Amino acid sequence: MKHLLSTTVNGEQVQEAVSPRTSLADFLREDMGLTGTHLGCEMGACGACLVLMDGAPVHACLVLAVQAEGCTVETIEGLTETGAAADLQARFHDRNALQCGYCTNGMLMSAQALLAANPDPSRDEIRDALSGNYCRCTGYEAIVDAIAATASDRAGRSETKTEAAQ
Amino acid sequence: MQLEELRTEGGKVKLPSFEYLRARSMEEAWALHSEAGGDALYLSGGHSVVPSMALRLQAPSRLIDISQIAELRGVSVAEGALRIGAMTRHAEVLADPLIAHHAPLLSQAAPHVAHPAIRNRGTIGGNLALADPASEFPAAVLALRAEIEANGPDGRRLIAADDFFLDLYETALAPGELLTAIHVPLPPESRLFGFDEIARRRGDYAMVGVAAQADVAGGVIAGASVTLFSVGFTPVRARAAEQALDGAPLSPESIARAQAALAQDLDPPDDPGFPPERRLQLARVLLGRVLSRMEPVK
Amino acid sequence: MTLHIGQSARRENARRHLAGRGRFVSDLTLPRMLHAVFVRSPMARGRILEIDTSEASACPGVVRIFTAPELNVRCTPWVGTLGHFAGMQSPPMNILAEEEVLWTGHPVAMILARSRAEAEDAAELVMLDIEDAEPVTDGAAALRPGAPLANPAARDNLCYEAVLETADVDAAFVGAAHVVETSMTFGRHTAVTLEPRAVIADFDASSGALTVHHGTQTPYQFQDVYARHFGLSEGKVRVIAPDVGGSFGMKLHVYNEEMGAVAASLILGRPVRYVADRLESFLSDIHARDHIVKGRMALDADGTILAMEVDDLTQVGAVSAYPRTSAAEGNQVIRLMGAPYRMPDYRGRLSVAFQNKVQTSQYRAVGHPIACAVTEALVERAAEATELDPFEIRARNLIADDAYPHVSATGYQFEKLSHQACLAKLHEMMDPEALRAEHASLRKQGIHRGFGIASFVEITNPGAAFYGVGGARISAQDGAVVRMMPSGDIHCAISVTEQGQGTETIIAQVVADQLGVTPERVSVTTGDTATTPSGGATWACRGAGIGGETALRAGRRLRDRILTLAGALVQADPASLRLENGAVVDGSGAARITLEEIGRIATYRPDTLPDGIDHSLTVAHHFAPTGYPFDFTNGIQGSLVEVDVETGLVRILKHWIVEDCGRIINPLLVDEQIRGGVVQGLGPAFFEECQYDADGQLTNGSLADYLVPMACEMPDIEIAHIETPTGDTILGAKGVGEAGTAAAGAAAMNAVNDALRPFGARLTQTPMTPLRILDALDAAREERTDP
Repeated sequence: MKHLLSTTVNGEQVQEAVSPRTSLADFLREDMGLTGTHLGCEMGACGACLVLMDGAPVHACLVLAVQAEGCTVETIEGLTETGAAADLQARFHDRNALQCGYCTNGMLMSAQALLAANPDPSRDEIRDALSGNYCRCTGYEAIVDAIAATASDRAGRSETKTEAAQ
Repeated sequence: MQLEELRTEGGKVKLPSFEYLRARSMEEAWALHSEAGGDALYLSGGHSVVPSMALRLQAPSRLIDISQIAELRGVSVAEGALRIGAMTRHAEVLADPLIAHHAPLLSQAAPHVAHPAIRNRGTIGGNLALADPASEFPAAVLALRAEIEANGPDGRRLIAADDFFLDLYETALAPGELLTAIHVPLPPESRLFGFDEIARRRGDYAMVGVAAQADVAGGVIAGASVTLFSVGFTPVRARAAEQALDGAPLSPESIARAQAALAQDLDPPDDPGFPPERRLQLARVLLGRVLSRMEPVK
Repeated sequence: MTLHIGQSARRENARRHLAGRGRFVSDLTLPRMLHAVFVRSPMARGRILEIDTSEASACPGVVRIFTAPELNVRCTPWVGTLGHFAGMQSPPMNILAEEEVLWTGHPVAMILARSRAEAEDAAELVMLDIEDAEPVTDGAAALRPGAPLANPAARDNLCYEAVLETADVDAAFVGAAHVVETSMTFGRHTAVTLEPRAVIADFDASSGALTVHHGTQTPYQFQDVYARHFGLSEGKVRVIAPDVGGSFGMKLHVYNEEMGAVAASLILGRPVRYVADRLESFLSDIHARDHIVKGRMALDADGTILAMEVDDLTQVGAVSAYPRTSAAEGNQVIRLMGAPYRMPDYRGRLSVAFQNKVQTSQYRAVGHPIACAVTEALVERAAEATELDPFEIRARNLIADDAYPHVSATGYQFEKLSHQACLAKLHEMMDPEALRAEHASLRKQGIHRGFGIASFVEITNPGAAFYGVGGARISAQDGAVVRMMPSGDIHCAISVTEQGQGTETIIAQVVADQLGVTPERVSVTTGDTATTPSGGATWACRGAGIGGETALRAGRRLRDRILTLAGALVQADPASLRLENGAVVDGSGAARITLEEIGRIATYRPDTLPDGIDHSLTVAHHFAPTGYPFDFTNGIQGSLVEVDVETGLVRILKHWIVEDCGRIINPLLVDEQIRGGVVQGLGPAFFEECQYDADGQLTNGSLADYLVPMACEMPDIEIAHIETPTGDTILGAKGVGEAGTAAAGAAAMNAVNDALRPFGARLTQTPMTPLRILDALDAAREERTDP
């Protein structure tokens, strides 16, 4: 039996009938067409499916869509439209902190939450915040650089490490 | 050759069908559970239930969402104890000042529990009810000599942590009973605490972990409480190690005796990936490190 | 004007990913699409007695369930052998297991349903009755006479064997002042791309056209495979590889499941989607490595390497992969041994054994980490035996930078490498004397650090010598179509593909420089057999070296076409004109006519052009390497670690690499290829291993149990370059995708062993787990107390 789900996705009120067994990730990807939320393991290990639920990153593969009742959900598409992470995205671009792009959504979510909680993280703290985000392409260093650079930007400091492409 | 009918392999990633119901009170939760004849699971954070169902390791006909029940929420101090509501998320355990002050082993354990996003969603009650022997919170709760508050149709009861973890994924909770809170006795200011684990990667299940607390009175240890995890089917109170410490000053000698005593406390299961004697060896190393770094709450 | 080759241009296509607008196969939904789930063998070896699908067929949403008799008839079997691997055998393979199951996870039935969840519901109800048989799990045992067969269709368990030797190798060992030996084991690991394998096969019976959306590196190869094995004309088959979430060699092999999706779509006339779940990935993606190598090295008294002898046993599963085989890695292992060194004599033996596990095949840096680790471990032992510093022994033996061309003892022809310059640069970066001093003082505090280095050679840019000569239909050439639009903007359609390396970016840079425009004016299309010319695509580091050269030559042909046209328009000798800043300029640098104006005239007013002039502003060019059969890149890596000798845990503190990939097209992207490659080398050195039990069950096939390297455990990586362009091409790029992976593990193992040296302990197996480190320490302790 389907449940009528009322939730807010990227600022839009959504009412949809969902099957209880549908994960939030499948609901977002298949019912909402928000395919920027990726599935890499569907068991909460890889971090590709992170979305902001009531402001905090959660694994959309481990949350049932029905559990999002009354919550606000923000995906990478929403974050892009509001511009809330535009500087972070720009630094990822500068530093080439992504290759295949499959992990990028989760990396941005973790980074955004880290910088909100800790505006001046050390490189170790950045790496710790990414401990549940798996990237097979980059080797992580560029991602750490991009997040560190964003922290510097937000604090009004000048670029710390590698000055990337012109 | 053995002939047998086998279940299929592979292709398990979506949950089987079930009925989802939201309980607004404990009474409603019990009624919904009993109505399903026991073929139901409570859903709090869902971070154990959902993946185990996705892997089709279990397939209850009903999930009862208990996240809206008021009694499961909040962290407070009353009647000489800290009460941590079962719905308290790992991230809240990590950040809560009352927990940091009165149950520092939980605050110290929290950063080791999986990863940030998991901690945003997973709940301490769900974690304890799962009773994963490799998990940090059960060992911390045991070392803190906490009590588990359970509520069922027959009333409320407090279960000593020592009596709560019975076997692999098995607790003293009765069918349908809700784990509602954890009660931690308030420690004296001078109590020493230590927590650490050895893991391959940050956030991985530990190869071995230690949670310990002790009071030092008149220069000697009193009431040492030493718990290990990832060493068996439950978190383990290391009573021989505790005895080796009690009554002695906290010194390299007493620590060495506690390390030696672990052989009596632990009987790690045979794991081809990590033989029992190695696990015992690591437990000794880690216990030595944790005991020599014990500190009071700052 | 500034050249764009050599600039750190950012990847334009990265913006889409950052905005959540990537388009992966797993994102695609087509009308009437069905979802496939495979029912797999739960055991490594057995005989199918019965498959009962009756209950499953009745499940809601289920459209069809196939077993072998209905599905395999649609597809001709494939055989993973190559003609130039003499004597190689591999039994034919088809989509679903017919009688025998050959590995845990071997697909036996295929369920098609309206949703993945419903297909899974049905999969639970398929009843398999399989008679259990003893699996073959150990390759060495498999090769003994009378061993049970891993695959009953094979002659025996020997898939392939080869010996490579020089005439004087035995004499070299007899006359040696020092002989050092090692025996090493390299665990199985796998690619673990973050996007699992994904395919949507869409057969339209009304037109007879098959479109396959396929997350692969090699769409043209699959166009050919699908046409041949399903009896379709190549022109009716279109393969589209959109964004691909990681590949690393793993996504260019033929898999049962993708073939199943195509067969099912052909039968049902509906789109069929198969996306592996993570557990299935571990049970069906190719695994890599799994080598047991015995090696020894002969040296004279002053530490000069005289010869090496190695014996490699590799265990590849129950059937060789198609179409590149499962023998190519072993073949490369025995040919890359000792490659950086002036080593006159050599013998390499290779045995490739069948066993009942997932098949192994090509994955990033095929064979290199094994050859490099064995060679560099032997060099390290040689340094100990001769009491030489690790840098010094390499300095004495590396092929001198002025000694090229050079032919290795294994027959590889090196055009021009830069080992000595790399060694000197690494020495400068690492400052080993300072490290030694620091380590000595830390040891007094019980902190055990060590560093290790490893020289390497990486094989790149293969022509037909890899596969084509063996009869495999794997393109040795690549093609590009470059055209100028009426606006003067440029478009390049090219056969090399993008999985995030930056292929499209470097192609734009290369084309831009040929046509005097900025890369922003060059759009690039890849990954669709209907819109790009056929070619080998991206593997073996071909993207820059072969793809880049193809684009360069195509660009120059278009440039010549444009200049001819411009000469006619501005009444000048085309030879006196060139392209700069979006315009045609003359010898004085003065702009004579813009590209936009040429485009306008050629497109809208060709009537105003002189009669007979060719105004087509599209050119096609195909390029295949000639001259050397392969390119080689080289470099050296350094690793710094700290070993906790009580727990066996290792902290990787730092990694260095000096790399020579020839002409650097884009430093930003080159460095990120290197970093990613290094981490894919460190992963299997410390963490990654597909663990099997004696029954052939994979015991750690999930992301919770199979440990991939994560951010906290990986070091910052310092990179330097030596640039020795190949003279075989105009561009001079050699490729860089695999260099990091080639030697990272070897350097790390030498570093761990350096840290353990005072204990007399030595690691010879990867991954170097805490347990193996503790075992090595105990073994050394026992040896000391009981000599």
